[in-house]
Amino acid sequence: MALTGLDIFKQLPKTNCKDCGSPTCLAFAMAMANGKASLDMCPHATEAAKETLGAATAPPVKTVKVGVGEQEVVLGDETVLFRHDKTFYHPTALAIQISDKLSGAELDAKIEKVNALVMDRVGQRIAVDMIAITNCSGDAATFKAAVEAVAAKANFALLLVADVAGLEAAVPAVAAKKPLIHAATAENWEKVVALAKANNCPVVVKGNGLDDVAALVEKVAKEYKEIVIDFGNTAPAKTLGDMVNARRLAIKKKFRPFGYPMLACALAADPKEEVVEAVTYVAKYASIVCLKADEKHHLLPLMAWRMNIYTDPQKPMAVEAKVYEIGDVGPDCPVYVCTNFALTYFAVEGEVVGSKIPGYIVAVDTDGASVLTAWAAGKFVAEPIYETIKACGIMDKVNHNNIVIPGYVAIITGKLKEISGLDVIVGPQEAVGIPAFAKARYPQLMK
Amino acid sequence: MATNMLKERYSGKINTVTIGATKEQGGTRTSTVTVGGDSTMPFLHFEGEMPLKPVVAMEIQDINPEWHPVLNEVYADVINDPVAWAKKCVEFGADLIYIKLAGAHPDSGNKSPEECAKVVKDVLAAVGVPVIVVGCGEEEKDNAVLPVVAEAATGENLLIGLAKQDNYKSVTAAAMVHKHKVLAQSPLDINICKQLNILISELGFGPENVIIDPSTAALGYGIEYTYSILERGRLGALQGDKMLSQPVICQVGYEAWRAKEANATEEDFPNWGNQAERAILWEAMTAAGLLQGGAHIMVLRHPEAVRLFKANAEALMVKPEI
Ligand code: B12
Ligand code: SF4
Repeated sequence: MALTGLDIFKQLPKTNCKDCGSPTCLAFAMAMANGKASLDMCPHATEAAKETLGAATAPPVKTVKVGVGEQEVVLGDETVLFRHDKTFYHPTALAIQISDKLSGAELDAKIEKVNALVMDRVGQRIAVDMIAITNCSGDAATFKAAVEAVAAKANFALLLVADVAGLEAAVPAVAAKKPLIHAATAENWEKVVALAKANNCPVVVKGNGLDDVAALVEKVAKEYKEIVIDFGNTAPAKTLGDMVNARRLAIKKKFRPFGYPMLACALAADPKEEVVEAVTYVAKYASIVCLKADEKHHLLPLMAWRMNIYTDPQKPMAVEAKVYEIGDVGPDCPVYVCTNFALTYFAVEGEVVGSKIPGYIVAVDTDGASVLTAWAAGKFVAEPIYETIKACGIMDKVNHNNIVIPGYVAIITGKLKEISGLDVIVGPQEAVGIPAFAKARYPQLMK
Repeated sequence: MATNMLKERYSGKINTVTIGATKEQGGTRTSTVTVGGDSTMPFLHFEGEMPLKPVVAMEIQDINPEWHPVLNEVYADVINDPVAWAKKCVEFGADLIYIKLAGAHPDSGNKSPEECAKVVKDVLAAVGVPVIVVGCGEEEKDNAVLPVVAEAATGENLLIGLAKQDNYKSVTAAAMVHKHKVLAQSPLDINICKQLNILISELGFGPENVIIDPSTAALGYGIEYTYSILERGRLGALQGDKMLSQPVICQVGYEAWRAKEANATEEDFPNWGNQAERAILWEAMTAAGLLQGGAHIMVLRHPEAVRLFKANAEALMVKPEI
C-alpha cells in the first residue's frame, strides 16, 4: 500500500518553490516515496494533503511517549520483524505492579522497593521503567489516594489500571506526569478516551484478540491516536500469535489499526515463571510487559534479555582500544590484556575494580570481537597483541616485564613470549577469577 | 478464526529426528525422543505445525566436574558416580541424558576409549531414556574415543558428537556404521552450519540423522547472536533449504553457569539479589530465549531450571484459538 512518487506529487502544491530543500515538488515527492523526506518539510502542504499523505507515509508503528522528563519512556517506532533485518529500537518497558490495597507504610515500602530496581551490568545502568498501580480495591477514592501517593514518590512513569470510575478519579490528579491509562474497552471506550484526550495522556485500548482490537482501535483512532494495544493476555501462545500477526500486518501491510505499540501482562503467579514467560513477549514485539515480580534477582535476567534483543546487530558494542587505568595505579601494578568488545572489556574492568588491586587494562583493537572470536579470526593472537603493547607504551610505565592474558588464549603464550620478550602470564579463563588471581599474585598491592 | 491474520506460506519444514531405540528397534531404551517437524516459526500454531514438544537433556560427566556450588548442593551425593547421577536426572524429569566424557581429556585423567565406553554402557543400563554422548573436546582424543563408544552402544541410536567442520569424518563414520545420530557444531555462522551439513551428507549420512548446535551463547554473553542465527536458520529451512532443516540442540547449562551473574555472590554484588535464584534463572532464561529462536533440545543442569523451562515450553505448546 506504499504510495508512489507520482501519487504523492498529485497532492503537493506544484509551485516548485524550493522551500523544502528539493529543487522541484516532483523531486520532493520522489524523496518522500523513498522515505528520505517527510511532509512536514513542505511548509505549503494543504491540510487535505497532510491527512492523506501523513497516514500513508507514517512509520509502520507509531511512537508513543509515557511519562515526562527523566521518567519518559518512548514506545514503538519499530520497522522490522526480525532484529537481523536491521535492529529493534525502543526496548520493552518493564512495568511493576502495585496494588491500591496497600496504603501507608506498606505502600511506601513497596514504592521504595520498586524505586530500587536499578542495577549495573557491563557498564550500563539497567532499570525497570514504569509502575503500574492497579485498582484491586475496586474503590475509586482508594485508587486515587494510592495513585497520588505513588506519583509523589515514584522514580518511574505511571500506568494506571482501573475501571472508568477509578480512572476518572485518579487521572486528572496526576495528568502532569503523563501516565498511561489502562484501559479503553468495547464497553467504556468513549468515556476513557475522552478522559485521556482531555488530560493529554496516552491510553491502552484493550480487546479480546485480533478482530476485536482492530475494530476498537479504528473507532478510538478517529478521536485520539496516542494508543497502546492490549490483546488481553489469556494464554502465552495466544498472545504470541496475536502480537506476531499484529506486527506483521503493521509492517508488511501498513494496516493502521495495529500500527501502535503493544502491551502484555504476564500471567504466571510465581515470579520466576513470570519472568521466564516474559521472555516471549520481549522477543516478540511487546513494548510494555507488566509484571508482579519485584526482586532484583528475578528482574536482572529479564533486563539482560531485553538488552540483548535490543542491541544493534550491525555493530558490536566496542570500547576505545587503549590503555585504561583502574584505580590508583603505580609502576608495580599488573597489566591485563583483553579485547575491545564492550562486553569483554567491562567484564574485565568490573573484576579488576573488584580485586581492589589497581591495574592497567590494555584493550586490543579486535573490531569489537570477544576473546575467542577474535582469536579464531586472527585478531587476538601474538603479533597484534605485541604491536598494541609496543605502540601504547604501557611497559614504560611499569617496573616489571609481565602481562596477563586471558586463560582462553593460553595457547598463544609461547609465541607471544618469543616475539615480545615479555613474561606472559596466563590468567584465569573467566574474568570472575581475576580477584582471586590478583590477590594470590600481588598481595603487596592490596588496599 | 480472526480475519486480521497474515500467514506466511512456507515450502519447507524442519526434519524430524529420533534419538534412542527400544528393544524392537534394536536398542534397549524404554522410551525414545523425536524432535522437529515444525513448519512455522516457533509456536505460531495459527500458521503451521509444531507437532513435537521441546525436550530437556540433563548433563552429567564421567568425572567430578567441580561445578558451581548451587549445582553441587543438588548433586553432591552422585557427582562421582555417573550411573547414580543419571538416575537422579531422570527423576528430575530429564527426557534424555547428556554425557560429557570429560575424563578422556589428556589433562583430566586421560581415560582410555574402553573406559569411556564402559561409562556409557553403564549409564545405558541404568536409565531407560535416550542418551547423548560428547567427547572431551580434544580432537585427537575424541577421534579415538567416539568410535569405540559408538561401537559399544551399537543400535542404541545415541546422539553422538561433536562433529565439526574440520573434524567430522571419524564420528560421522562411526555413527553411520553403528546406527547413531550425529551432533554437528558450527561456530555461529550460517554458512559453516550449512557447509558442515553438506559435508556430512556427502559421506552418505542424510540430514535425517543430524542435530545441529549452531553454537550456544549465554544470556548476556552473546545470546543475541545465537538467537538471530537460529531465526535465520529456521527461516532458511522453512523456505526449503534442506541443509538448514535439522533440529537444534543448545548447550545451555555449560554457558549459563559460567556467566558472572551465576557466579557473583550476593555479598560481593548485593545489588543483584539472591545468588542461587539468579543463577538458576540465568540458565532457565537462556533456554527460554533460545526456545523463541527455534531450538528443540536444551542441555540443562539445575532441576529448577528444568522445571521452569518445561513449564514455559508446555504453555507455549497449547494451541490457542485466534
Ligand atoms: C557471539 C560469538 C560470535 C559473534 C561475535 C561477537 C563478538 N562481538 O565478538 C560472531 C557471530 C560475529 C562470531 C563470529 C565468529 N566466531 Co564466534 N562466538 C561467539 C560466542 C557464542 C560468544 C562469544 C562472546 O561474546 N563471549 C562473551 C565474552 C565476554 O567473552 P570473552 O571475550 O571470552 O571474555 C571472557 C573471558 O575470556 C574473560 N576475559 C576476557 N579478557 C580477559 C583478560 C584477562 C587478563 C583475563 C584473566 C580474563 C579475560 O572474561 C570474560 C568473561 O568471563 C562464542 C561461543 C561461546 N559460547 O562462548 C563463539 C566462538 C568464540 N566463536 C568462534 C569462532 C570460530 C568464530 C568465527 C571465526 C567463525 C566464523 N564464522 O568464521 C567468527 C569470527 C568472526 C570474525 N571474522 O571476526 C569459536 C572460537 C573457536 C575456538 N575456541 O576454537 C567459538 C568459541 C564458538 C565455537 N565453539 O566454535 N562469534
Ligand atoms: S516546499 Fe512544497 S511546494 Fe515548495 S517545492 Fe517543496 S514540495 Fe513543492
